[in-house]
Amino acid sequence: MMRLIALAAAVLLVILPAVADNYVLRVATTMMMYSALALGWNFIGGFAGYPSFATAAFFGLGAYASGVLQTKGVPMPAAWALGGAIVALFAAALGRAILHLRGHYFAIASLVVAEVLREITNSATDLTGGGMGLNLPVLSLDVTAQARLFYYAMFAAAAAALGTTALVAGNRLGFGLRCIQQNEDAAIMLGINTLRYKVIAFILSAVFPGVCGGIYASWVNYIDPTDVYDVLLSVKPIVMVLLGGVGTVMGGVYGAVLFLLMEELVWRNLLQFHAGLLGIIVVALVLFLPHGLRGAGWAKLRWRQRTGEAAP
Amino acid sequence: MLYVQVLVNGLVLGGLYSCIAVGFSLVWGVLNVINILHGSLIILGSYAAFFAYQYLHINPFLFVPVAAFLLFCLGYAIQLAFINRVMGSPVLITLTLTFGLNLLLYNLMILAFKADFRKVILSPPLGSINLGGVIVPIDRLISMGFALALVGLLYALLRGSRIGRAIVAVRMDREAAQLMGVNVSRIYAVTFGLGAAMAGAAGSLFSVMFPISPETANALLGKAFVICVLGGLGSVPGVMVGGLTLGIIESYSALFFGPEYSVTISFTLLILLLMFRPTGIMGRRGYQ
Repeated sequence: MMRLIALAAAVLLVILPAVADNYVLRVATTMMMYSALALGWNFIGGFAGYPSFATAAFFGLGAYASGVLQTKGVPMPAAWALGGAIVALFAAALGRAILHLRGHYFAIASLVVAEVLREITNSATDLTGGGMGLNLPVLSLDVTAQARLFYYAMFAAAAAALGTTALVAGNRLGFGLRCIQQNEDAAIMLGINTLRYKVIAFILSAVFPGVCGGIYASWVNYIDPTDVYDVLLSVKPIVMVLLGGVGTVMGGVYGAVLFLLMEELVWRNLLQFHAGLLGIIVVALVLFLPHGLRGAGWAKLRWRQRTGEAAP
Repeated sequence: MLYVQVLVNGLVLGGLYSCIAVGFSLVWGVLNVINILHGSLIILGSYAAFFAYQYLHINPFLFVPVAAFLLFCLGYAIQLAFINRVMGSPVLITLTLTFGLNLLLYNLMILAFKADFRKVILSPPLGSINLGGVIVPIDRLISMGFALALVGLLYALLRGSRIGRAIVAVRMDREAAQLMGVNVSRIYAVTFGLGAAMAGAAGSLFSVMFPISPETANALLGKAFVICVLGGLGSVPGVMVGGLTLGIIESYSALFFGPEYSVTISFTLLILLLMFRPTGIMGRRGYQ
């Protein structure tokens, strides 16, 4: 039964551009993008339990790498792939430097990466246009064809992220990462090369945002540092995974779809208070549903226990 | 002479930095919570001082205790209402919670104060003094004095007062402190309140030296973190050393590389330090 539903959903998503108008297609493209970001974060944040806030850094770097490559004449799909590769290399180097930090130190170190990249992008004016932003070459396609193209591109990125997640969850790597999440010292004792596993997870958590950044840059045709290094790009995927279930295969997808539906339906009427409402949702989620919607039933029990403990 | 001038600038800046970071370090050390709100609390203190000066003509330096008191109440309430409920949870949960609260506070500040930059401009201006060729603006000098005095006051409070000893006891061993009759959740609230009070005081001083906007908050948070890591977590003197070090480093790097790279340089330094000496200049092991 579940397989049938999954198959029907997949078919619907493939034929969506033929049946839906451009508005629906745009929302669906955004959902695909955030699914890929959330699934990417889940590798390091969910499986390995390392609270990474570097998604915005990877997304922005991917967007700028692919954008700059395209202005230098590299064809669009090649620029996306190269951008992803550059981000992967960057994550490998960065991961070696900061993945031996734990807990708070890692979280803040990863949070600052986007700030640093933003500053560098702002200063490298001749390459990136600095604060003026970067205009990408305009495609010679009509609007509908472009919408379809970018929908399928984001769809492919999300599907690849989902496939990789399923693969990782079932094999040695996923097992090792879960060991690290539960007790890293014990994992070292058992002979797991934790640094290698963590670096691989970090690279996986970087590649998908990196490629999505590249696609996004081509999609919107113009990027600037405050847009693509926005810290919300790091936070929203985390909220989505929290909503859908941390460390699960489909959690990121459920969370992204639910979150963006909420955003579309409710928040577009509250433009002045967008970030504030997101804050309220984050707080409510952490306090009342720390295990996502799937843990909603027994989260209440834990809630009572915890308040009992905090106020003796 | 230029180098001495840059060094003095760095020290003056560093004094204020210590004050900015000390509350953050206290909350981190005692509650084991990274307080993402810290930058916004500083800016809130700055706005309070700014409006007090503009409408009531209260000197920002005299406003320091008021800002500290207001922010203490806010911090105490935030801890009791929200953060106490997730004490002891994994980093992701506590961090995400303060992040959410920060988004809310940021949005409220944008609505209330707009994103324009403002600055307290003292009239008449205090001018500057010339110490054997080194020029120091007097308002900055007073700010530094206030900042270091506040850090010293916090140190004395933790060392000497009953509540301070209770805070240190909770940091060392929560369970043992509880068994000795310390009301841990109240101590958490007082600690968070003190952290916020230091932020408010630092904010009042900040409003005299720099333009403020809700957008400044993240940069201040980043600095607080760098200072804590530089100095080592877990001690007030460590924060002072970290603050002064960062001030000096930023001054010299602005001289050599230009001010636009200040975040990059302090972050690179941070990574190097974390790779080779994760406990910081003055720190002890065991606070990771």
